[in-house]
Amino acid sequence: MTSGYSPDKLLRLNAVLKVRIIVLIIFIVAVAATFFVYPSILPFKLPNFLNIPFKLGLDLAGGTRLTYMADISGVVDQDVNSAMSGLRDVIERRVNLFGVSEPVVEVENAANEWRLVVELAGIKDISQAINLIGETPFLEFKESIEETETQRILNEQKAGNKDYLLLDPYFKPTNLSGKYIKNANVVFNQNTYQPEVSIQFDDDGSKIFEELTSRSVGKQIGIYLDGLPISAPVVREAIGGGSAIISGKFTATEAKKLTERLNAGALPVPIRLISQDSVGASLGQDSLKKSLFAGLIGFLTVAVFMILYYRLPGVAAVLALLIYTALVLALFKLIPVTLTLAGVAGFILSIGMAVDANILIFERFKEEIYSGKSLGLAIDDGFHRAWPSIRDSNISTLITTTVLYYFTTSVVKGFALTLGVGVIASMFSAIFVTRSLLKLFSTAFLEKLPFLMGINKKI
Amino acid sequence: MFQVIKYRKIYYTISGVFIIASIIALTLWGLKFGIDFNGGSTLEVSYSIRPELNLIYDSLKPLNLSDLRISPLGSNGAVLRFKETDETIHQNIIKALVSEAEKNKIHIEERRFSSIGPTIGAELRQKSIKAIIIVLLGISLYIAWAFRKVSKPVSSWRYGVVTLVALFHDLVIPIGLFAYLGHFYGVEVGANFIVALLVILGFSVHDTIVVFDRIRENLKRYSDMDFASLVNRSIGETLVRSLNTSLTVLLTLLALYIFGGEGLKYFILTLMIGIFSGTYSSIFVAAPLLVTWLAIINKKL
Repeated sequence: MTSGYSPDKLLRLNAVLKVRIIVLIIFIVAVAATFFVYPSILPFKLPNFLNIPFKLGLDLAGGTRLTYMADISGVVDQDVNSAMSGLRDVIERRVNLFGVSEPVVEVENAANEWRLVVELAGIKDISQAINLIGETPFLEFKESIEETETQRILNEQKAGNKDYLLLDPYFKPTNLSGKYIKNANVVFNQNTYQPEVSIQFDDDGSKIFEELTSRSVGKQIGIYLDGLPISAPVVREAIGGGSAIISGKFTATEAKKLTERLNAGALPVPIRLISQDSVGASLGQDSLKKSLFAGLIGFLTVAVFMILYYRLPGVAAVLALLIYTALVLALFKLIPVTLTLAGVAGFILSIGMAVDANILIFERFKEEIYSGKSLGLAIDDGFHRAWPSIRDSNISTLITTTVLYYFTTSVVKGFALTLGVGVIASMFSAIFVTRSLLKLFSTAFLEKLPFLMGINKKI
Repeated sequence: MFQVIKYRKIYYTISGVFIIASIIALTLWGLKFGIDFNGGSTLEVSYSIRPELNLIYDSLKPLNLSDLRISPLGSNGAVLRFKETDETIHQNIIKALVSEAEKNKIHIEERRFSSIGPTIGAELRQKSIKAIIIVLLGISLYIAWAFRKVSKPVSSWRYGVVTLVALFHDLVIPIGLFAYLGHFYGVEVGANFIVALLVILGFSVHDTIVVFDRIRENLKRYSDMDFASLVNRSIGETLVRSLNTSLTVLLTLLALYIFGGEGLKYFILTLMIGIFSGTYSSIFVAAPLLVTWLAIINKKL
């Protein structure tokens, strides 16, 4: 950067102009960031793509986090990945029924276990959600038995033959089950406009289904969910290609219900709830309010301390911190970073680290002054010499946050991310913003007022 | 000038006493691990007026919960801890609590419920230990590398090792404190505690690096000065900065401690203790240890 104390007058003018332009840009960016972070202070509405809300974690927004363990013992090793992603899809569909905004369903592989994490923000009836997600319904297709056989079983049952009591007189099991269903959805018949249910089978399922339907033309196929019949369509013709339509006098709701059940039956691996964390919305709001208030008080105390102790540089540092806060919050919205309670703590700590960089610089600056340097040179050298310490200490913090991010669980991850983003931004704030702000004042002006710089010495 | 090196034995002794006390506390009582680590359930409720805890306890007796403990939270809340459980039992507990509260015409609200399986707890424990070890190694290797051009009179890897010792100092003291708090006040440590320890590592290493960095600079500037005075000078020159930084961080933390809500209290307390000890260790332990180490090397030669 060009130094403001050059003897060449023209160059000095240029340098002053340059600093002013930089400061102007910084302020424009900061103001833009502030509006982006806090759009309600604007008299007009931001266009939708700019009006992004903060992403709040469950502990602040209220909601439930459910961790399931998937029992993959029935799945061959190479199919585990696809089974898990299938499971995720199924659960995602079920979860979408709750109408929760942005539900999260994630597969986690940890400690030789496959897990499914479900996050539902702002949900009221957690217990119902758990029941709906957690069932492992078993969907099976059955084929009709010969009429003579049906008659025989019914007769035996009437006669009270114990061996026949539990037998289904109409249907017998096949090896087609819910795990072969890829998808089921509601479609509307092009001619009759009646709702129908379309089922897609996967490759294996298509073959079994084709064999089954070719055996059962003109007969019923029973579809059972958890042992209870949910539908028994009549097969009109053998169906190849893995795609079938169930038509009938469905209402739209009935058709939807049937597709949900068919999809539910497609759960490829059984799951078990191993951990649950539910936060009431009021607790979340309380925590958010309290930690923001605490952050504000903390900021004010630090600001008062910095201004009293370091005078004008302190003011510059506080301004830089405000700009820093606006920028980091804007980054949180843009990336986006999900803010949790630990995340807010990480952010507040990063403010502490940003202050540290300023203190390092100002202390250094004072030393340079007392060692007999001119003010302009001292400012420059203060920044220069403080840099290695700032760099080394922030890199070690970044090492910590990186390790935290990659080696721990989600609570800690939120903290690591906000702290990491904060630390990177704080280096920019201390070096670039504070320095530019200080350079705004001419050295000649500052030299007349050593008190403003916190120096007890005539320069 | 401020004399640290001259009286370093006094400072070592102070640190030593705290470290030994912490280790004794840890071996005697151990840490009280919360459900994050051991698995189990916590249920947090708030009342319009909190009934006597033993009334709550009695109302849950029919459910036969194993290891049920109830403690007050804030002025109107309560925390119930019990074994890991499923949703049905959770709902039964809520029903019992609500009907008991309605009998006494008070309002009750469920604030938070967590139930954590033992495998998740074990995994967190393992991951935390791994994370701390990697952070310790990463930071000391980085310091050894950042000071690679410094070889005389103390070579750069020794800076790394001394940093490690200082970090150990800063971890052991809060851990010891929580062994004490756990034994006498039932304070449990959870995932937050690990985060706090890692933050302490981060801050403490900031302080240590700033002092080391000044030593590195002064070594170039005053090549004639003996190492002990040079270290002492470096500590003196960075003292105001170290104190001011810790002060501002402690101010922020104090605000969080007072206004930040119940959930974060012990997290913040851990940080305050750790940052205090981290500032102490970087001024009175880390840099002086370099001098002590050099003296030992010289004696051997």
